[in-house]
Amino acid sequence: MRDLEKQYTSAELTSVNAPFFACKEQVKGQDRESKLCESIEAAIKRSGLKDGMTISFHHAFRGGDMIINKVMDIIAAMGFKDLTLASSSLASVHDPLIEHIKNGVVTQIYTSGLRSKLGEAISNGLMEKPVHIHSHGGRVHLLQSGELSIDVAFIGVPVCDRFGNANGHEGRSKCGSLGYAMSDAEFSKYVIVLTESLEEYPNGPASIAQDQVDCVVVVDAVGDPSKIGAGETRMTTNPKELLLASLTAKVIEYSGLFKEGFSLQTGTGGASLATTMFLSEKMEEKKITASFGLGGITGTMVYMLKRGLIKKLLDVQSFDEFAAKSLGENKNHIEISANQYANPSSKGAAVKQLDVVVLSALEVDLDFNVNVITGSKGILRGASGGHCDTAAEAKLAIIVAPLTRGRIPTVTKRVNTIVTPGSSVDVVITDQGIAVNPQNQALKEHLIKAGIAVVDMQTLYERAIRLCGEPKEIAYTDKVVALIRYRDGSIIDVVRQLA
Amino acid sequence: MSTTTKTKLRRSMLFVPGSNTGMVCNAFIYKPDTVMFDLEDSVALSEKDSARLMVFHALQHFTYQDIETAVRVNPLDTPFGLLDLEAVVRGGVDIVRLPKTDTVQDVLDMEREIERIEKKIGRTKKTMLLAAIESALGVVNAVEIARSSSRMMGIALGAEDFVRDLHTQRTKEGGELMAARNQILLAARAAKIGAFDSIFSDIKDKEGFMHEVAYVKSLGFDGKSLINPNQIPWLHKEFAPSTKNISWAIEVIEAAKDAAERGLGVVSLDGKMVDAPIIARAEWIMDLARASGVLGAEL
Repeated sequence: MRDLEKQYTSAELTSVNAPFFACKEQVKGQDRESKLCESIEAAIKRSGLKDGMTISFHHAFRGGDMIINKVMDIIAAMGFKDLTLASSSLASVHDPLIEHIKNGVVTQIYTSGLRSKLGEAISNGLMEKPVHIHSHGGRVHLLQSGELSIDVAFIGVPVCDRFGNANGHEGRSKCGSLGYAMSDAEFSKYVIVLTESLEEYPNGPASIAQDQVDCVVVVDAVGDPSKIGAGETRMTTNPKELLLASLTAKVIEYSGLFKEGFSLQTGTGGASLATTMFLSEKMEEKKITASFGLGGITGTMVYMLKRGLIKKLLDVQSFDEFAAKSLGENKNHIEISANQYANPSSKGAAVKQLDVVVLSALEVDLDFNVNVITGSKGILRGASGGHCDTAAEAKLAIIVAPLTRGRIPTVTKRVNTIVTPGSSVDVVITDQGIAVNPQNQALKEHLIKAGIAVVDMQTLYERAIRLCGEPKEIAYTDKVVALIRYRDGSIIDVVRQLA
Repeated sequence: MSTTTKTKLRRSMLFVPGSNTGMVCNAFIYKPDTVMFDLEDSVALSEKDSARLMVFHALQHFTYQDIETAVRVNPLDTPFGLLDLEAVVRGGVDIVRLPKTDTVQDVLDMEREIERIEKKIGRTKKTMLLAAIESALGVVNAVEIARSSSRMMGIALGAEDFVRDLHTQRTKEGGELMAARNQILLAARAAKIGAFDSIFSDIKDKEGFMHEVAYVKSLGFDGKSLINPNQIPWLHKEFAPSTKNISWAIEVIEAAKDAAERGLGVVSLDGKMVDAPIIARAEWIMDLARASGVLGAEL
């Protein structure tokens, strides 16, 4: 070092950022515990959080999340204002955010979903700035493009070591995959891991690795895993759901894609789970195995993996305890980040390899556009999720929904809000008829050849209206309360304030 | 009112409680061969009027115009029986299911009232009758009951009441129903009308249900009453003809067509004579195959 100083001036050394100066005062072994913070407050202080900055959370615990409300209360008590809250999604458990918005702590929101009283309040004009509703893939695109720049990411996990190696499939409150948190960690300036349990270093396998983590805090609880699935994990006995599921399995069977090595994504909800079960029977019968199952992973997908019906699971989010457990036990159950799952500008998003996706809808219209975000009264009450990401890329995008829900028609002339454009949708399956997008003639021919009755969308629409009557138009003001961001960042639709 | 006939395919007859709004609104989506609204045992006394009114409207709704409908009415000796009949015959029901038919007189009484109502409203399509045999007396009289009216399209076993009358209870093996099932089947076949088996009440027991369906099918029953829509695909699957049967039926029909074109009355297939009963059997198998949805892409 002295020799170098003789040869170069100090100004020259500074200009090349010679790293050895930074090491000068290090004492070996001194800061092995340095990432540990005694409290969330201390961690926030250390992060350098300031008014006007952007903070993020992940939603692996869905309705069982305990982090967002806890951290936001502390942030509010510390006096921060004008923050942008970028959570990968929000559930009904996050209604307490209403107070933080009213008090000016949160002035901007990025999320995939909005529900319950929070969704209602925002639809009624709670916020000055419109909420950005993004898809799961679209969020990572916004992170990558720099529009969404996270200053401090709060990542709740069941286990982590003192240096920040964390995962979601071990410990008390297992949430399984940390797919959304992985992308947040990758793109955030400062990462705080909140853990229930502090493991011995090195903790592995690590989904969030030490080189991405700035600070670790031990907390009492991060989430309640029993509320992740919230009743969606049991096999349904509802006859209508079973009917829809059997029709869906039949459409897949005769789609022309049901062959050795096909891939699928089915999501959650009674009909989705039942579809998986019906499909399993057909796969066993015809001795067909799937190369991979993608997306949010459920116990039934795990069952298929165990039975050898699916070779690999690519899991961005574990929807129940069976999936969370399997992720830690089965080497063919692979955790992927949101970037690897669905980001359109990622170097490799798994959706691009997907054959079949089964999706739901609150509304679908004559042009096959799908709404999964606003209800029949125009209120924000859903989530964009991976809907448009998977529909855009899968070879076969199937929308499954009852033709009517009580007296509310699902098939409408024009959806309240477009989340997924009709050009991405191949077929709509209802309990009273199946409509194929005219742009996919081959599918229509396959289905007709198999003896499956196909009707056009106009017929479904007329039937729905005959049953329910023409719905009264929703009255809105001009104020925009939410921007629906398509996966490439463009604004595909807006949601306005209710009149 | 559908374009139903006495010999229509009736594998599945789905019971729908007339007081269950959700089921009345939705039952058609499950595509049973016959939807059977109930105004009798599944409807509480306090709901009799509202259920009757709801079924009356459902029968006329567009969603029930291309599916066969039946209604189980209350017995004529109750305050509800005649009111039920007035409503459902006017509503356009295809079939009236007689509850607890013990004697020919029960059928004749019902027939007389139906005729009167039809005449009064100018209904030209005859309301058909399905007699439920639910007692030892009914089983003993089954032959006469089956032949008692030209409106009779079938007789059905009501096992729950029947076993009470026999001083026993239902078992999985079904030995207690053996005599009744055989008697009802023989009576129906002698009268050339349909024979329908009783409900299977444990909706979770798919295996037990499938076992019973296979059994009654082998006896010769046309179908079965069901209490849950989930049982419909199970039942249709069991009733579906095998690929082997379908292939045989296609060959028979083609051979018969070929013979007809060549002006031959009788033709042989694989060394066996193909005559009218064989052709009728083949056509029945094809009807069943179409209804079962098994004429898929594989064939």
